[in-house]
Amino acid sequence: MGILSPTLTRYPSTLRGGEGNVPPVNGGGDDGHNSGGGSPNYGERLRRARLGLAIGLIAVTMMFVACTSALIMRKGLPILDPETSRSATDWLPVNLPMTLLLVNTTILLISSVTMEFARRAITRQAALAPVKSIPGISLGDEKSFPWLGLTVALGLSFLFGQWMAWQELAARGFFVATSPSSSFVYVLTAGHALHLFGGVLALLYAGVTALARRPIESRRIVVDVTAWYWHFMALLWIYIFALLVVAR
Amino acid sequence: MAEEVPVPDPHDHAEPHAAAHHHGPPTSFIRKYIFSIDHKVIGIQYLLLALFSVFVGLIMSVLMRMNLTWPDHKWPLLGSIFTLGAPGGQMSPEFYLSLVTMHGTIMVFFVLTTAPQSGFGNYFLPIQIGAADMAFPVLNMLSFWTTLLAYIIMLAAFFANGGAPLHGWTGYAPLSALTNSGPGEQLGADLWITSIAIFCLASLMGALNFITTILDLRCKGMKLMRMPLTCWSWFITAILGLLAFGVLLSGGILLLLDRNLGTSFYVPLVVVNGQVMGHKGGSPLLWQHLFWFFGHPEVYIAILPGMGVASQLLSTFARKPIFGYRAMVYAIMGIGLLGFMVWGHHMFMSGMSPYSAFAFSLMTMAIGVPSAIKTFNWLGTLWGARIRFYTPMLFAIGFVSLFVSGGLSGPFLAQPTLDIPLHDTAFVPAHFHLIMGVAAIFGIFAATYYWVPKMFGRMMNERLGQVHFFLTLIGTYAIFMPMHYLGMAGQPRRYSQFTEVHYLGPLLPLNKFITYAAFITVGAQLIFLFNLLWSIFKGPKASDNPWEATTLEWTTATPPPHDNFNGRIPVVNHGPYEYSVPGAPGDFTMQTDPATAAAH
Repeated sequence: MGILSPTLTRYPSTLRGGEGNVPPVNGGGDDGHNSGGGSPNYGERLRRARLGLAIGLIAVTMMFVACTSALIMRKGLPILDPETSRSATDWLPVNLPMTLLLVNTTILLISSVTMEFARRAITRQAALAPVKSIPGISLGDEKSFPWLGLTVALGLSFLFGQWMAWQELAARGFFVATSPSSSFVYVLTAGHALHLFGGVLALLYAGVTALARRPIESRRIVVDVTAWYWHFMALLWIYIFALLVVAR
Repeated sequence: MAEEVPVPDPHDHAEPHAAAHHHGPPTSFIRKYIFSIDHKVIGIQYLLLALFSVFVGLIMSVLMRMNLTWPDHKWPLLGSIFTLGAPGGQMSPEFYLSLVTMHGTIMVFFVLTTAPQSGFGNYFLPIQIGAADMAFPVLNMLSFWTTLLAYIIMLAAFFANGGAPLHGWTGYAPLSALTNSGPGEQLGADLWITSIAIFCLASLMGALNFITTILDLRCKGMKLMRMPLTCWSWFITAILGLLAFGVLLSGGILLLLDRNLGTSFYVPLVVVNGQVMGHKGGSPLLWQHLFWFFGHPEVYIAILPGMGVASQLLSTFARKPIFGYRAMVYAIMGIGLLGFMVWGHHMFMSGMSPYSAFAFSLMTMAIGVPSAIKTFNWLGTLWGARIRFYTPMLFAIGFVSLFVSGGLSGPFLAQPTLDIPLHDTAFVPAHFHLIMGVAAIFGIFAATYYWVPKMFGRMMNERLGQVHFFLTLIGTYAIFMPMHYLGMAGQPRRYSQFTEVHYLGPLLPLNKFITYAAFITVGAQLIFLFNLLWSIFKGPKASDNPWEATTLEWTTATPPPHDNFNGRIPVVNHGPYEYSVPGAPGDFTMQTDPATAAAH
C-alpha cells in the first residue's frame, strides 16, 4: 500500500499480524463509528479501509470480466439465416456517438484529477489537525478550493453525458434489445454509471460529515478511499469504452 | 527461541483508547439483538436463518420423496395449503419441479453457504485470530440484513402468481429466460433471480469483510501459518466467494434483461406453444458457462469450512497435532485454485468440444490429489491416537467418511464417457448430496456440538447427540447409497413420476426404502433441535475450555464478552494444534501460553 499513500505523516505500523513490534491494543471494530476525539488509530483504519476497497474492486472487476467474456462469446455466435439457410450473425455494429463519448471521457478524466487534488488537500489538513489543536499555535485559516464539490459536479455531468449518449443511441435506432451489440453497450455503460453513482454518494456522504463536524481524520478516510475508487472507475470506463469501440 | 512478550496490561495506556476504540456494548434491545454490529450476534442471526431454512428445505425433500413413492396419493393438508400446486392434495408435476428448485436453492444458498461461512465464520473467525470484531462491523450487519431480504424474496416466489420457478437451482436458460415457459416461470422466476442477485451482493460484502479481517486484524504472533485450519478454510472460502459471486451477479442481470427487456443473451429463436418468441441468436450455453463458473466454486464454498472444522476437531479430540499442517493449508489452496478450472465438467451433456471436455476432465481428476492429501492427513491424525469420542468428534469423523464415500464417485463423473449416461440419472444427486450436501451438514453439526458450549455457556447433551449422530449417519447412507444404484439402473432425475415407466417398476421397493429412510433421518433432526434448544437454556454449565482445546476462543470467557477478550488482546506464541507435545508441561499448549524452548 506504500505506493498508494503519499501522505505527509507516517503512522506507526502496529498491526501487521505476527510481524509488528508493538502489541496491538486495538482489535478494530470501529468502521468510522468511532467519534472519540484524539483517537490514535486513524492510520490503521485508513489502511484497513484501503485494503477493503482493493478487495472490493476485485469483485467489481470480476463482474466486468464476466460481462466481457459474455460479450466475446456472444459476438462469435452464428445464427441460421432463415432465408438463405446459411450461418449469419445478428451482431449489428453499433453506431456509437463518438464525439459525445469522448467529451464524457474527458470530463471523467478531469474529475479524476480534481478528486486527487481533493484527496491531497484533505490529507494535508488531517496531518495539520493535531498541530492546530495545540493552544497558541495558529497556522492561519487555509481557505481551500472546493475540490470535492467540483468532483461531484463533474461526476454528475459525466452521468448526464452518458444519459445523453443513450438518447443519441436510441435516436440512431439502437435500443436495448435491437442487437446483442447494443444490449452490451447499455449493460456495460449502465453498470459503470451505477458504480460511479455510488462514488458520488460517497462524496456527498463525506460532505455531510463535514457539516456534522466529524473529526477531519475520519472524513479523510472516506475521501481517500473514494478517491482510489474514483480513479478505478475512470480506468474502468476507459477499458469499457475501448472494448465497445474494438468489439463493436 | 522467541522472546516472551507480556500481555499488555489493559489499564496500561488504556485511557486514550478506552474512549476511542471499542464501540461500547450496546444497551438497547434493538442495537443488541436485532441491528447489532457485534460479529457474534450477527453470526447467531445467520445461524438462526440457516436453521430455519434447513427445515424448510427438509420439508420440501420429504414432499418430493412422497410424490416419487406414492404419486397418486392425495394429501388433503397439502391440497389446502397449495391449492394450485397440489389441487385436491395431489402434487402436480410443475409443483414437484418447483420443489426441486426451491429445495436446491434454499439448501445451497441459505444453508450450506450461510451456516458454515457466514454463521460460524462470523462468530469465531475474529475470536480465533485475536480480534475484537470484524474489520467492517457495519458492513457485516448490512450483509446479514441483505441476506435476509434475499431470503424473504426467495420464499415469496412460492406465493407468486404461478408459484415458484421450475428451472432448478441452476436456472438453465431458455426455461428460466422465458416468461411463458411454465407456470412458475412468471413472477416466481423474476423473484428467484432477484433474490439470487441480492444474495450475491450480500455474499460479496461478507467475503470482503472476511478477507480484510484475516489480512489486517490478526493479533500479535498470529502468523498466517499459525492460524487454525478453520480460519484458513474461511479465508480461502471468502476468496472463492469474492471471485465467484460477481460472475453470477452479472449473469443474473443479463438473465433478468432477457426476461424483461427482450434481449437475446441466452435465448435463441424459440417457439413456445406455437408462438414464435421475439428472441434470436442467444446461447443457452452462455448461461451455463457463467453459472458454473460461479457454481463450481460455490460447492467448495459449501464444503471447505466443513474441512476446516473437521481438521480442527480431529486434532483436538485425537489429542494429536494435525498431521501435515502445511500440506493441509496448501491442499485447501489447491482445491480453491482448481475449483475455478473445472466448471465445464457440469456441461459434458450440454455439448462441448471433446478437447475442452478432455481438459476439464483432467483438471477435475486433479482435484483428487489435494482431496486425497487432506483425507490422508485426517487419517494420519487419527492413527494411533487415544481418541475422545465426544459428539463433535463423531460428526467430524462422519464428515471424513461422507467426504470419502461421496468423493469416490467424483472420478467416475469426471469422465465424459461415463458422465454422459449417468448425468441425468439419480447417480448425480447421490454423488453431490453425499459430498457437498450431507458432508457439509455434518461439518455444521460438528461445529454446533463443538462451539455451542462457548457460544451459550451450556454443554449439549452427549447421549442425545450420539443418538442423533448414529441415526443421521446410517440414515443418510441408507438414502444416498442406494441412489447410486438407482442411477446406474437408469432412473432419471427431475422426473416427478416414474411409476408408469415399465423398466423402472422393479426399482419401486428400493425407492420406498429410500423414502422411509428419509422420514427417519428427517425425524432424527428433531432430536438435534430439541437437544440444541434444551441445552442452550437448561444444559449443564460449560467451563471456559471444556474440550481442552488450544485455540484462542477457549482462552476467553464463556460466552465471550462484547469485545471478545475483555480489553486484553491476546499474544500468540504457539501453533494451533500443539497437543501431546513431548516435554510440554501438559497434554495441550494453548496458543497464548508463554513461549518455551520446546515449542521451537
